[in-house]
Amino acid sequence: MPAVPARPMIEVEDVTKRFGAIDAVRGISFRVAEGEIVGFLGPNGAGKTTTMRMLAGIFPPTSGRVRVAGHDVLSASLLSRKAIGYFPENAPYYSELLVTEYLRFVARLKRLPRGRRAAAVEHALHACALESVAGRRVGTLSKGYRQRVGLAQALLGEPPILILDEPTIGLDPGQVVEIRDLIRGLRGTRTVLFSSHILSEVEALCERVIVIARGSLVGEGTPAELAKRLGKRQRAIVRTDGAADAVRAALRAMPGVDRVEEQDGAIVVESTGEDDLAGSVGRAMQQGGWAVRELRQETLDLEDIFLELVRGGRA
Amino acid sequence: MTVLAIVRKELSLYFSSFLFYALTAVFLVLSGYLFYTNLDFYVRFGGMNLARGLWQYQLFDMRERLLVLVPLLTMRLFAEERRLGTLELLWTYPLRDGEIIAGKFLACLAIVTLMLACTVTYPLWLSRLQPVDVGPLVAGYLGLWLLAAAFIACGLFLSALTDSQLIAGASTYGVLLFFWMITWNEAAVSEGSLQILRPFSLFDRFAVFAQGGIDTRDVSYLVFFTTTFLCATFFALDSRRWRGVRS
Repeated sequence: MPAVPARPMIEVEDVTKRFGAIDAVRGISFRVAEGEIVGFLGPNGAGKTTTMRMLAGIFPPTSGRVRVAGHDVLSASLLSRKAIGYFPENAPYYSELLVTEYLRFVARLKRLPRGRRAAAVEHALHACALESVAGRRVGTLSKGYRQRVGLAQALLGEPPILILDEPTIGLDPGQVVEIRDLIRGLRGTRTVLFSSHILSEVEALCERVIVIARGSLVGEGTPAELAKRLGKRQRAIVRTDGAADAVRAALRAMPGVDRVEEQDGAIVVESTGEDDLAGSVGRAMQQGGWAVRELRQETLDLEDIFLELVRGGRA
Repeated sequence: MTVLAIVRKELSLYFSSFLFYALTAVFLVLSGYLFYTNLDFYVRFGGMNLARGLWQYQLFDMRERLLVLVPLLTMRLFAEERRLGTLELLWTYPLRDGEIIAGKFLACLAIVTLMLACTVTYPLWLSRLQPVDVGPLVAGYLGLWLLAAAFIACGLFLSALTDSQLIAGASTYGVLLFFWMITWNEAAVSEGSLQILRPFSLFDRFAVFAQGGIDTRDVSYLVFFTTTFLCATFFALDSRRWRGVRS
């Protein structure tokens, strides 16, 4: 927790978004403070893009409130949109426009004063390392460059808030590093909310993550905090010669065990509050008279925490 | 001005698309050939009145060319952006929907105006051989231009409803032809219904313009038709704000 509470730049209060009979987002609330870089995690279809679209002002929530830079996205739509730069998933583009032509067009739509436009376009080109392709048609560029054009339009005019939907998807590893460096360079000066399902990326960039699954918020905090809250969980993998049903029943009877699952012929056991899960599993196998072929214990890393959260556990 | 920025972008996309050049070529070749045949007819049978003997037929023919041309120009306006996903991006800029609509409408109108302007070469060429009275032509071109605006507004609306250019174009033909043929067969509807339907016919609305006159009722109807479809476009885009929102 910071000593001085920073101004919230993104406020989502009890927001639901319904499309026909489908609840894409169900009653989620979170805040992002000024200058924070926050990762927005969730499996595909969890409601990340829907939430980000509401933040970007594309459509309003079915119920609840969304405020951006203090402006309601519905009642003060123009003001809220003035404060954001949005990078949509898949970076749509006009293939026939030249890169500079496109960015100049965006600069006018963002209502930058005439005198500032040229400099703003130059700045965005430079920030995204696009100078060498400035005179080419967007449609002729490689995917990596097109992605950068998408980022350049979001950064153009230096909006205080950036909403980036999967900015590194589909890029090669070198390009991913470049985009990450670009986002890291915004630390402190901008508020950034970016979605991803690459956990290492989130770990490297963000001080805080928000995890959603099936339209609901399932976890929020620093990666370390989330790990700590779920850290009591342990997982052991065991392979024996016993009948699967009998082995599973024996494992389920152990204190603290809350999940027993078969995976590729082995049995995965998860428990809370047990320090030496592998030891206990070994003893249980001995009591059953089964020969242990394999037994190992795993600790949960961010990947597992994420899976744990989206499967229905709560941090 | 943001409207101007949209106009510029749309023009830039038109000028970089092959479809635009193909349509312009087809339009001008057909109009030119029609002018040649109409002129031939006039010289053989037409008598003394240029406006009635030549321009009237030429304007009627160009009107039909417009009906074929405009849906092919408007179909991409919103449908393409919806399919590409760029429409959503436009919605994230501090931009009113009205500005997007105005920009697209004006850009397409500018393109059609440009095409119509190319056909002014026919009377210009004829004026070297024979004095041409400008008045009836001004009225005729005003009629064509207002009709084009009405077609564009209709096409823009239908383009805003779908992400398929084909559906946008086909449905624009459908709606325009319906308004075209609404009083086609006068015997098919009762006299009373005819009185009600006739004011809505795009076909009948052009007759006075083609003969070199301007009737304010025709002008008002075409402006009304255009405005109605532009407003409908606005509501079509705006529906994303109120659809699925609990009051």
